[in-house]
Amino acid sequence: MLVSMLLVAFLPFLLFSVLYFKSFLLLRNTGLGDLIFSHTWRPSRGEFGFYPFIIGSIWVTLLAILFSTPICLLTAINVTQYAKKRFLRIMHPVIDILAGLPSVVYGVWGILVIVPFISRYLGPWLGIKTMGYSILAGAFVLSIMIIPFILNIIIEIFNTIPMELKEATLSLGSTKWQMVKHVLLRKALPGIIAAVGFGLARAFGETMAVLMVVGNVIKVPSSVFDPGYTLPALIANNYGEVLSIPQYDSALMFAALLLLVVSLFFNLLMHFFIARYNKY
Amino acid sequence: MEPAIKINNLDVFAGKTQILKNINCEIQKKMITVILGPSGCGKTTLLKCMNRLTDLYPELKVSGEILINEKNILDPGADIYKLRQSMGLLSQRPYPLPMTIYNNIAYALKLRGVTKRRELHKLVMDYLKQAALYDEVRNRLREPASRLSIGQQQRLCLARGLAVNPEIILADEPTSALDPISSRFIDEKFQELKKDYTIVVVTHVLRQARRIADNVIFMYLGEIIEQGPSTEFFENPKQEKTKLYLEGMFN
Repeated sequence: MLVSMLLVAFLPFLLFSVLYFKSFLLLRNTGLGDLIFSHTWRPSRGEFGFYPFIIGSIWVTLLAILFSTPICLLTAINVTQYAKKRFLRIMHPVIDILAGLPSVVYGVWGILVIVPFISRYLGPWLGIKTMGYSILAGAFVLSIMIIPFILNIIIEIFNTIPMELKEATLSLGSTKWQMVKHVLLRKALPGIIAAVGFGLARAFGETMAVLMVVGNVIKVPSSVFDPGYTLPALIANNYGEVLSIPQYDSALMFAALLLLVVSLFFNLLMHFFIARYNKY
Repeated sequence: MEPAIKINNLDVFAGKTQILKNINCEIQKKMITVILGPSGCGKTTLLKCMNRLTDLYPELKVSGEILINEKNILDPGADIYKLRQSMGLLSQRPYPLPMTIYNNIAYALKLRGVTKRRELHKLVMDYLKQAALYDEVRNRLREPASRLSIGQQQRLCLARGLAVNPEIILADEPTSALDPISSRFIDEKFQELKKDYTIVVVTHVLRQARRIADNVIFMYLGEIIEQGPSTEFFENPKQEKTKLYLEGMFN
């Protein structure tokens, strides 16, 4: 038991050190600043600029969180505070099914629905020429994918708020909405932040569904209707060819290292926020 | 004198089980009425009917009449927000709102319609003093209320309950989670408050009932067995079940 526990505890270090040693070659030749901020990606000439991928990943992730968080929050409030209990019983299996779908399915659905929707309706309606495969499409698909995860946690959090706190608030003569807005949301805030952080980490690392709709063009996107490229997609698309080009495997390992560091950063940030808002 | 609350033929069902059976009683103004009885006899449900917190539990079906100022508060059209503001609630364990000490009281005041900053501040101080909390917290008003001790939290909840400017105070075993000193404070406070407020206290502790009650309503298994002035109830009980309870047979 102790051994297995230690093993699990050391896993992150193990992962980190392997990725670090593998990408060390590239780091030594090019330098960290150049790798992160350079725009040019020409593996055959040994030029590895990760900037387009980093920006692509950040755009897709932040937009996805921006779309899904309000939906999750409102749904959770409705399901736990307003709707009949029966409704929650129906919602639970629906959420579980959504959470369990393979990401390829979301990707295909994105190609069939979201991409044409953006190229035929949303783009023209806003007067923008787009082929549909874009940062926005990736963000849409991703936001739908992470809804079940965020929603599940937020529902759980609202359900753990003691009945007596609600009674205490209502007994002061507050309306139900006042109770939700001033008391329940504040009480649930640390948990909501944790839920969003969890969604953020998942979204940042999601590979398949995004890869299928985001366009995979190595360029810093100038608008959300432009195609982009994300870090996980970079690794997945190119891992087959690493042997033919020197330093290529090292570059992909560096992409993986970036993913690891960023998710670690999100994790720490969430802990900071939770600690900060948990005082009530 | 006109009773503060008059309850006629009140029945409460949870699904098919009947929690309260044909309750008829009166709560007298500016007195302490103790609802006494063993755990699970429906005391708390009866209390929650009075400010319609029963609305929160969709499985409860409430029927009958609860008259306050000649209006039936169980009427679907009754103004429950006004009703609840006419009653302060003190629960078994204190539940401070997730805000600062100051805002816990200010929030209640704002709901009542106090908006001017200066007036708000003055009233918050007043209510803190009324609950004898002022001296202990005056330097930490901006701290989260959850940092107070349980006894202090309960006094804060009392101050918050008074801040909505109620006529009636409903207390559900308000001292069961408190230490002896805090408990005694609450009991003594009730004696003082009954000059201005009608107080209803739910308890299963005989000693507490003897100490504070003016009137007693004794319940067992969802029914009222006996009710009346406290001296008569304790010294000359009429019902067999009351005598058994007073002798400690139910515990």
